[in-house]
Amino acid sequence: MSGVEYISPGTVAEAISALQAAGGNGRLLAGGTDLLVQMRGGRAKPKVVIDLKGIPGIAAIREEAGGFIIGAAASGALIGEHEGLRKAWPGVVEAANLIGSTQVQGRASLGGNLCNASPAADSVPALIAAGAICVIAGPNGQREAPVETIQSGPGKTTLGKDEVLMAFKLPKRPAHSGDAYLRLIPRTEMDIAVVGAAVSVTLDAPGKCISARVSIGAVAPTALLVETAGSALVGSSFDDVALANLEAAVAVACKPISDKRGTIEYRTKVAAVLARRAALIARDRAQGSDRAQGAAS
Amino acid sequence: MSRTVVNAIVNGEPVAFLGGGGQSLLDALRDELRLTGTKEGCGTGDCGACSVIVDGRLVCACLMLAPEAEGKRIETIEGLADNGHLHPLQHQFLEQAALQCGFCTPGLLMASKALLDRNPDPTETEVRYWLAGNICRCTGYDKVVRAVMDAAADLRQEEKPR
Ligand SMILES: Cc1cc2nc3c(=O)[nH]c(=O)nc-3n(C[C@H](O)[C@H](O)[C@H](O)COP(=O)(O)OP(=O)(O)OC[C@H]3O[C@@H](n4cnc5c(N)ncnc54)[C@H](O)[C@@H]3O)c2cc1C
Ligand code: FES
Ligand code: FES
Repeated sequence: MSGVEYISPGTVAEAISALQAAGGNGRLLAGGTDLLVQMRGGRAKPKVVIDLKGIPGIAAIREEAGGFIIGAAASGALIGEHEGLRKAWPGVVEAANLIGSTQVQGRASLGGNLCNASPAADSVPALIAAGAICVIAGPNGQREAPVETIQSGPGKTTLGKDEVLMAFKLPKRPAHSGDAYLRLIPRTEMDIAVVGAAVSVTLDAPGKCISARVSIGAVAPTALLVETAGSALVGSSFDDVALANLEAAVAVACKPISDKRGTIEYRTKVAAVLARRAALIARDRAQGSDRAQGAAS
Repeated sequence: MSRTVVNAIVNGEPVAFLGGGGQSLLDALRDELRLTGTKEGCGTGDCGACSVIVDGRLVCACLMLAPEAEGKRIETIEGLADNGHLHPLQHQFLEQAALQCGFCTPGLLMASKALLDRNPDPTETEVRYWLAGNICRCTGYDKVVRAVMDAAADLRQEEKPR
């Protein structure tokens, strides 16, 4: 790791120029909880490390037009401390807060979690279910793209070589909305998801589902948006038939691998079960009951 | 040269050291500043032996680059005792024999300090979750958790206006 240059640009334009100047040998740094591990293990060999945290706003959270803008480099700890965000998007917050230990939370960001592109990244299904939009800066200005279009395979993204993810936009929440993320790990802390499932719903006043998004993680090369699973809930009151249809849609969408953490059959079954449970927690939250608060792992 | 001068405040004292993009804060603390109380167990964020507090946040010093420390306030184990007076956490770790080889202890103490700084009255469950990133291979965790709970009580007692 010796001889690596470190720079901390004060603007995104400088960060982009630095990426271009490094010609493929530059790596962006947010919290470093993936990058430093990879550098130490020799899997990443950058000549220049470009620290994003000096770019104004990139490590902060703000409210805008009733929604939220989460800076790509904002830490998990900061996200967990944000009252407004916890209230509006408890599923996104619980997913972000599942990443690693207290120490890792002090640094790990949603931008790093998405761009590292692990199929098991915990915050990604929750962001997809939430309908979060990425704000991406490049040499020709800014563009926006839904989170589900960013990962393209393990360790791969659709971002250009000179693009920087700046923020996630979470829309304003309609009344009677709720979200949830559940993951299965063999112990209670500090492990990689065998399966993750996130659900975000909006209900009408009597409690019928009027919109739903379902996303699953660790069961395919990237986190997946399962539109058919969302449709299975819409129009229902979360009755057994709707939930069985949701489970079936999730099971069909799963394309997992078998490894020491779980077989294909096990992962597929668990994904369906977690999606059902997450849907019920999201519904309870949408109805304003907090009894499911913090019911993760 | 890819190393530059980094200015930071370590345990209340302004310091300057040479740091580069290939060097962790842990290496800088141990090799440049000779503060060897902070330990390296894994170097990959898994064990917590390198825990330090940076601008009030608990982090793994092995997962932060040395030049990122520019302008930051860093607390390490060397700053925990106050002029030779042990911190209540240190006192309780000794009292309750919450260490054997002691390799994990600086990290556990800094992690526990970060907890009590923001939550003076944690539940046992909160202590156990907060410390889940600190691994101890010899003592086990029950004595550690008891020491933290008792140190928290000691600190609350000290804070009480008399
Ligand atoms: C002990 C430990 C436990 C962990 N546990 C979990 C866990 O439970 N769940 C989980 O999902 N992950 C876990 N991780 C992995 C890691 O912490 C997360 O993926 C984290 O969210 C990465 O964020 P970061 O800010 O540290 O990313 P970094 O390491 O800074 O960056 C990761 C990658 O993304 C790129 N990047 C970062 N920001 C941007 C940006 N704004 N634009 C473009 N590219 C960018 C970097 O160049 C790098 O390739 C763990 C890691 C450790 C060390
Ligand atoms: S040495 Fe940093 S976490 Fe193990
Ligand atoms: S006392 Fe030896 S590792 Fe904890």
